[in-house]
Amino acid sequence: MSETRYTEDHEWAELDGEVLTIGITDYAQGQLGDIVYIELPEVGRTLDQGEETVVVESVKAAGDVKSPVTGEVIEINDVLNDEPELVNQDPENEGWIFKMKMMEPEQYAQMQDKDSYTKFVDSLS
Amino acid sequence: MTESIQTTALTALHIENGAKMVPFAGYSMPVQYPDGVLKEHLHTRAKAGLFDVSHMGQALITGQDAGAALEQLIPIDIQDLATGEQRYGFFTNSAGGIEDDLMVSRWPEGIMVVVNAACKVNDFAYLAANMRGDAKLNILEDLALIAIQGPSAKDVLARLGHDINDMGFMQCREIDIKGITCRMSRSGYTGEDGFEISVSNDHADALARILQADPDCAWIGLGARDSLRLEGGMCLYGHDIDTTTTPIEAAIGWAISPARRNGGVREGGFPGSDIILAQMPAKISRKRVGLKPTGRAPIREGTEIYDQQENRIGTVTSGGFSPSLSKPIAMGYINKQNAKTGTIVFAKVRGKLLEMEVSSSVFVANNFYRL
Repeated sequence: MSETRYTEDHEWAELDGEVLTIGITDYAQGQLGDIVYIELPEVGRTLDQGEETVVVESVKAAGDVKSPVTGEVIEINDVLNDEPELVNQDPENEGWIFKMKMMEPEQYAQMQDKDSYTKFVDSLS
Repeated sequence: MTESIQTTALTALHIENGAKMVPFAGYSMPVQYPDGVLKEHLHTRAKAGLFDVSHMGQALITGQDAGAALEQLIPIDIQDLATGEQRYGFFTNSAGGIEDDLMVSRWPEGIMVVVNAACKVNDFAYLAANMRGDAKLNILEDLALIAIQGPSAKDVLARLGHDINDMGFMQCREIDIKGITCRMSRSGYTGEDGFEISVSNDHADALARILQADPDCAWIGLGARDSLRLEGGMCLYGHDIDTTTTPIEAAIGWAISPARRNGGVREGGFPGSDIILAQMPAKISRKRVGLKPTGRAPIREGTEIYDQQENRIGTVTSGGFSPSLSKPIAMGYINKQNAKTGTIVFAKVRGKLLEMEVSSSVFVANNFYRL
């Protein structure tokens, strides 16, 4: 069974076995506005928790996606090279950005659950 | 200590229209509406966009000596500017740099100037200190400014009873829109045909509601205003032009009136004229150019530019994504020897060198209505 957790940097991560699928939240895409370019990480790259991994460029600004956990990039969503707008249209499904193999599972356990993240977002407005 | 943020006469209307408001040059301004930057941009190119530019400074210089007073400060022919005509210009400094850019138009009652919001306090103090003879600066704080831009702008006015086919680009006249008296010029900051309408704060909301009721009109925020002017190759003060860039380096020397150039009837006589006129034509070491990135990554302001041998040759001053072309575009300053159209240069983005081609800075052809 998969479960989705969140960071205060507005990333979501869905766990399936030891593989995390990572993207940005609907709130994040709304803040960025129309996304026009996504610089994806290289498959095989090892990431530390909090490391800047992905650059998301919108018509207004550039934003970073930080790795929510320590691990290795095992897959990227290549479709975003041609259709970066998928992250605006469906940020938490079709607009996933990369998958990683987790090395320190307790980092995932420490991320926020949906209720907690929702409250956090509400507190921002 | 917090500085209080100013509003315009249309702030309430923007909020009513769902605008996202941001601080800009001391004002709370709409950066985008619910449609977002891309759609707002494309709407302006296809139909008509409405812009609140009331944060800009408006002033009227009255008196017989108004033209002569202004000519001391800008390299533009003002004394021969006919009533009903408008010109683009800039305040120069003694080093040949640019203190601000502005629009100047002549009306029966005097010479109107419109300056950038961020510069207006300084500009007006500078103007006031340089009045001479009977010239008098009247700062018009009670005026709003609404731009309507795009191919349908003229149709919107026609539906309001104004056939303006006899009014060309950079002309101006007083018009009455449903009982509201306005000063209107056929100009703007998008590269499209369109109008800028100056109206009293008291009537701005009513006028804005009349315009927004037209089905071709949509509100456009600062985000799309920036991408529209970038596609049109227009400079943004403080970014593409500033106190250190001369008009010739900035490739806006065309705005210097023949009467003020070497051999003209009122040659020179503006700050830095010796430096600026000596640079005409093209005796410069760097030049503002357009840049077309080959890849999809937007190249932002401040990005360093290199040649094939990785020598630093310039800096990007504006850059982003062009909604009309669906690819990134930029402009910046490049050493003269690398500034030829078609030259391949490189932007350093996050440690990588990304290829760009030097081009005209006009990425989307201007669509001005010329008589």
